[in-house]
Amino acid sequence: MSKQTGKLLRRREVVKELLAGREDLLVVAGLGAPAWDITNAGDHDLNFPLWGAMGGAAMLGLGLALAQPKKKVLVITGDGEMLMGIGALATIAILRPKNLSVVVLDNERYGETGQQETHTGHGVDLAAMAKAAGIAQTFAVRTPAEVSRLKQRIHASEGALFAQIKIDPEKLPLVLPPRDGALLKNRFRAALLGPQAAHQ
Amino acid sequence: MKKTAESTWHDEVHALLRAADVRQVAIVPDAGHARLIKLCEKDRAMKVVRLTTEEEGVALLAGAWLGGQRGVLLMQSSGVGNCINMLTLPLACQFPLLMLVTMRGDHGEFNPAQIPMGNATQDVLEAMGVIVKRADSGADVPEMVSSALRLAFNTYRPVALLIGQRVSGAKDFRKLARSVSK
Repeated sequence: MSKQTGKLLRRREVVKELLAGREDLLVVAGLGAPAWDITNAGDHDLNFPLWGAMGGAAMLGLGLALAQPKKKVLVITGDGEMLMGIGALATIAILRPKNLSVVVLDNERYGETGQQETHTGHGVDLAAMAKAAGIAQTFAVRTPAEVSRLKQRIHASEGALFAQIKIDPEKLPLVLPPRDGALLKNRFRAALLGPQAAHQ
Repeated sequence: MKKTAESTWHDEVHALLRAADVRQVAIVPDAGHARLIKLCEKDRAMKVVRLTTEEEGVALLAGAWLGGQRGVLLMQSSGVGNCINMLTLPLACQFPLLMLVTMRGDHGEFNPAQIPMGNATQDVLEAMGVIVKRADSGADVPEMVSSALRLAFNTYRPVALLIGQRVSGAKDFRKLARSVSK
């Protein structure tokens, strides 16, 4: 069972802080609550919230980071989503993308399906797995001060980064982004690549 | 390596990928792709991304396109099964995706474990809505790759080219067992 003690961080506050003053940060969110969280912080053309493709968020972020080495890419996802595509930690580690950060909001639950427990509540340490894979910077985050430090590290862009943020397993009202995948893709590309992207 | 129509297709396909400005090459290796992978690794314009499972490549290349780059996913037919739900991404968002799949369980297969997935590869891809093309001789491969490239990137959808086992030949495990025991 969960070993969590003390006051837990709240996911919407964490995500709001990470995205405040985001400038041209490219943001990918895993399906479910992380997609609602980034939308709650303010819908944005440079957000790519997933509605499916569970296990794919970190890899989608990697493809984007390789294609845009001068931009910072932030993937925000959940513990269940990360566990489903856990091999991505190895794939990211050996490529060492300087501009990719993967942040897992870890509530130790599958929140969208009835709060069933995930492996992380039973001792699986995602930050340690990322470190063992060889990701340069790994963080286990439990306090507001650690969130602020994490934000600085994300913007410093000094090597692939992985953070596991323990959060309150609270149920919150859904804040839905547009759900037309082609619209999400096209508006992201237009904002990033300019109007000519529609003709590629 | 003796150059025949069965072996030079790798060079032609590499040239086609290069001409099409393919920049990310996502791979779970297959013997049938070995030479093409080497050519892509030597090409400084291409980034070869080693995957732990093929579905990672589907997500990777959606991200690549989102960032303005083209990619290709190389795998063997057994890997198609690992991709199915992740194909949601290119299908729901209209991402171009080019998959070059070398077939196992197809032509003179030795290994019974390759048959279920090999035999179902085309059906499961088509059930998901992926456009599937086939090449069954080395001479056909470049033209079919060219066609699949255009279909994927001009019409924003996932396209798989199945390269028949007849092209690269079936492994003879008995021969391999004898050569190792010597």
